[in-house]
This record gives sequence, structure tokens and C-alpha cells, in this order.
Amino acid sequence: MATLAQAPAPAVAPAPAPVPAGRARRATGWLLAVPGVVWLAVFFALPIALLFSTSLMVPVPGGDIGQFQPAFRVANYTEALARYWPTFLRSFGYGLVATVLALAIGYPLAYVVAVKARRFPTVQALLLVLVIAPFFTSFILRTIAWRQILADEGVVVRTLQAVSLLPGDGRLTATSFAVVMGLTYNFVPFMTLPIYASLERLDLRYVEAGQDLYAGPWTTFRTITWPLSLPGVVAGTLLTFIPASGDYVNAALLGTSRTQMVGNVIESRFFRVVDYPTAAALSFILMATILALVYVYVRRSGTDELV
Amino acid sequence: MSRLATAVRRNPGDTLLVLFAVLAFGYLFVPIGYVVAFSFNDGGRSNLVWRGFTLDNWANPCGAPGVCQALANSVQIGLIATVLATLMGTLLAYALVRARFRARGVLNVLIFLPMATPEVVLGASLLAQFLNAGVGLGFWTIVLAHTMFTISFVVVTVKARVATLDPRLEEAAADLYSSGLQTFWRVTLPLLLPGIAAAALLSFSLSFDDFIITNFNSGNTDTFPKFVYVAAARGIPAQAYVIGSAMFVLSLLVVVVGRLVAVRRTAA
Repeated sequence: MATLAQAPAPAVAPAPAPVPAGRARRATGWLLAVPGVVWLAVFFALPIALLFSTSLMVPVPGGDIGQFQPAFRVANYTEALARYWPTFLRSFGYGLVATVLALAIGYPLAYVVAVKARRFPTVQALLLVLVIAPFFTSFILRTIAWRQILADEGVVVRTLQAVSLLPGDGRLTATSFAVVMGLTYNFVPFMTLPIYASLERLDLRYVEAGQDLYAGPWTTFRTITWPLSLPGVVAGTLLTFIPASGDYVNAALLGTSRTQMVGNVIESRFFRVVDYPTAAALSFILMATILALVYVYVRRSGTDELV
Repeated sequence: MSRLATAVRRNPGDTLLVLFAVLAFGYLFVPIGYVVAFSFNDGGRSNLVWRGFTLDNWANPCGAPGVCQALANSVQIGLIATVLATLMGTLLAYALVRARFRARGVLNVLIFLPMATPEVVLGASLLAQFLNAGVGLGFWTIVLAHTMFTISFVVVTVKARVATLDPRLEEAAADLYSSGLQTFWRVTLPLLLPGIAAAALLSFSLSFDDFIITNFNSGNTDTFPKFVYVAAARGIPAQAYVIGSAMFVLSLLVVVVGRLVAVRRTAA
């Protein structure tokens, strides 16, 4: 605090001594950072470390359900993988398909709002509000609304059955289709917003230059628009893929036990089976896989500065 | 119709794009339309099929047992977590951009990791910690959890604003004999305020809408998303749809007015 109190003094003196000023700045920086850093250390880093130690625990011999003691049982990991690898594959498969679909919907949407609506600022502002508007109702409520809309006795299923797109006993809820559709739906805005942010800054003179040089619309898009929007695409796909592959709400509300994702297993291992080591090991495998995938993806897409 | 046909012939790509956008917006709004419609349904406690129009649910939004308590909890938790996260996150963001200290690289990773960690893992790890420490789950454990996961989003949002801040403005204040604290209150804070407000709005809505982390750390305390999730097994009472619709209309109004004012101001 002593250095802090002295800090304003050099401002009066014609030539402030650089060393104390620098030291004061560093101290102030630390003081500002401390509350947030401590909070993240206590409620994020410490729990993750604890989860790791839990993932290596064994049951207390002769103890009740849910009683575990510290050990170093790596087999918790191999057993969890051996038993749940299809669930992992399914989670990342659903996450990937949902990400691709959200990109296919979100990119053109972002393009229309950012480029086509550029000359009409009011329209653009309103369209942007429409993109984030789904956030204004609870996402659980929206997902349950989908379940009701796609229900067996609902209009959608009846209509599809009537035009023979769905067999007479076919259904939409409790299928992989419903789960992936729900995931896609929930993450389209997360995909659209960062792409919008990139495309909003797109200088249209580059596009015109491409056209002047006799590039067709597709070539112009492939060589100019797409590369310039890449940071937004990378951010959007990460914002979609990470939460989508860790989600369990869509699978729980729109799927069945056959469409379970890793999140569902972690949740039930924690709450219903009270098997904390397996739940912890599954959490760690999920987290490590996602971080590895993100690392490779960010490296390959050549946008290191994003992270 | 003929004008549309001409437009399509003249610029097929653009027309397809606009059509696609209309369809995509339709997709985004189908379940919202459903929620609003069923808030007017005379469907009784389970509210599964359409049984006719009524205003009763809107006249009595707390009619379903527990729904308003859950809503009140969500609002209180959201407000407390927002204040805490915005305070700590803003200071942290300012420190990360301005102060030169050695641990910056490590801190940037510490801030990025919670955002790259799936919510199940965050929820499960905090639960393990609370179980271990013998802390009873409830209102305050939810507040701790929400503050934790929203700090990172505040830091990222405010950092962007600090980066656009011209350091010469603060230097000018110092040259005019302003003390460090005066400079902060009179110059720095007002300039950062739009970023801080955006961060606060973001963390409130993240906290208000969170289900996964909350579910792990809430014990018997209900929040609005948790209420809806639990009620889903039996059928959601229409009052939940009323609250969802009212929230939607209110926030839409606030944001539309805000955006229009912003557009006017930049146009002027």
C-alpha cells in the first residue's frame, strides 16, 4: 500500500522516477486481479483438481453406497472407457452433426443480416435482435416446446404420416433425429453471432474487386468472403461444439436411453447410482477430449490468436 | 407475385438467400410461438393439448404452486451473481490489459478454461467440492457456482472495451493533477461503462437461463429452469408459459428500444 500511496506524487515532479512507478503499476495490477483470480482458483481450479482425485478413488471396504477413499486406481478410466465408448462416440457424433447443421443454417443467416441488410441500419438492428431473441425465453422451456410439437399425437407427426414421409407407427421424439434437431436449434444463435461479427466488418470492395476480375459468385465466396469470415466461423463452431457435445438436456428431453450422451451418464452416475469415481473419470475423459479437439482445430484453422 | 418472379429471375442467389433467412427465422421462432400460444390455453394443470383460449393464466401467473418462488430465486441469484461477477471480472479485465505483470499468460488460460469446459464437468466438480467440504447445497451454492462461470464471460466482454480505451485520456487526467482514484471515477469508468453494462446483462441472462450447473449445486432450491425441467415429467403448468412469454416480450422491448436508440444516435 505504501507504493500505492506514493504513486500520484511523481505526477507533480517534473521527472518521475521510472522504477517506483513501474512497481506501483505492477502492484495495482495484482491487487485488481486478486479477487477474480482467487474466486476462479477456489471455485474452478480447486474443484477440477478435486474431481481428478475423485476419479482415482475406490469404494471404502464395507462402506455404504457413495463412500469412497483416496487411491490411485487408473482402472477407473479404462473401465469407464471400455463401458461407455459408444456413448462417447455418440456424444461427439451428435455434437459434430449439430455443429455442421448449425453452420449450414447460421452462416447464410449471418450473411443476410451482415451483408444484405447493411444498407438499412434499422432493419439490420432488428434482424440482429431476432437472432438473439430465442435467448429471451428459457432454453429448457423451448426444448420442451419442441418435445410437445414433435409429440406422437401432434400435428407435425400426423402430417408427415399422412404424406407418407413417416411410416404409420413412426415417431420423431425419442429418436436421434429429435436430439440432433434440438441441439442444432439451441446453438444456431451461438453460431450466427460470431459469424455476423466477422461478416459485418467485411469490406465489400474486395468482393467487387473479385467480380471485376471475372470471378463467379462461387469463386468470389470461396476465395474472399469465406477466408475473411473464418475467425467468426472458428469461434461459432467452438461455441457450438463444446456445449453441444457436453449437453444432456436435449438427450434427456427429446431422446431415449438409446440416444444417451456422456452428460446423461455423468448425471446419473452422480445422482442415481452415486458412483462418484466413474462420474469423475467420465468428466475428465470428456474434458480432455474436447480440449485436445479444440487445440487441433484451432491450430489447423490457423487462427491461433483466438485463444 | 410477378414482381417476386422478376426479382427471382434478376438475382436468383439473393432471393434464395432471403427465402432461406425467412425459413431460418421461422425455425427459431416455432417453439416461442408454441410457448406464447399455450400460455393462453385453458389446459388445466398439465397443459398438453389445446383446450380453448383463456386469459386466466395471465391474470394469475403465480397460480401454479412453486412457480413464483422459483422465479424469485432465479432473479435474486442472477442479480447477486451478476454484481459479484461484474465487479471481479471488470477489475480482472482492466488488470490484464493495462498492468504489466508476469502471470498474465497463466491468468489468460485460467480465464479461458471455464468457457471451454462442458457445463456437466463444471457442475460435477463443484458438487464434488461442496460434498467434500460438507457444505449444504442451496441458494448460496448456486450463487457461488453462477459467479464462477460468468466471471470469464465478463472478463472477455470488458477486455474488448478496455482494449479500445485510449491511454492518453488517462495520462491527460494525470497531467491535470487528477489523483489515481479521481482519474478512475471521472475518466476510466465512464468510458468502460457500455462494456460493463453489456457484461452485466450477459452474466444475468447466463445465470438466469442456466440449468446444468444449477442442477448439480442446488439441493432442494428451485430455480425457474429447474422448475420447468422437473415439471416436464407431468406436464408444464400454463403459468410457466406465461412467465416465459412475459420474459420474452419484456426483454424484446428493452433490446429493440435500445438498438433503435443506438442506430438513431450513430445515424445522427
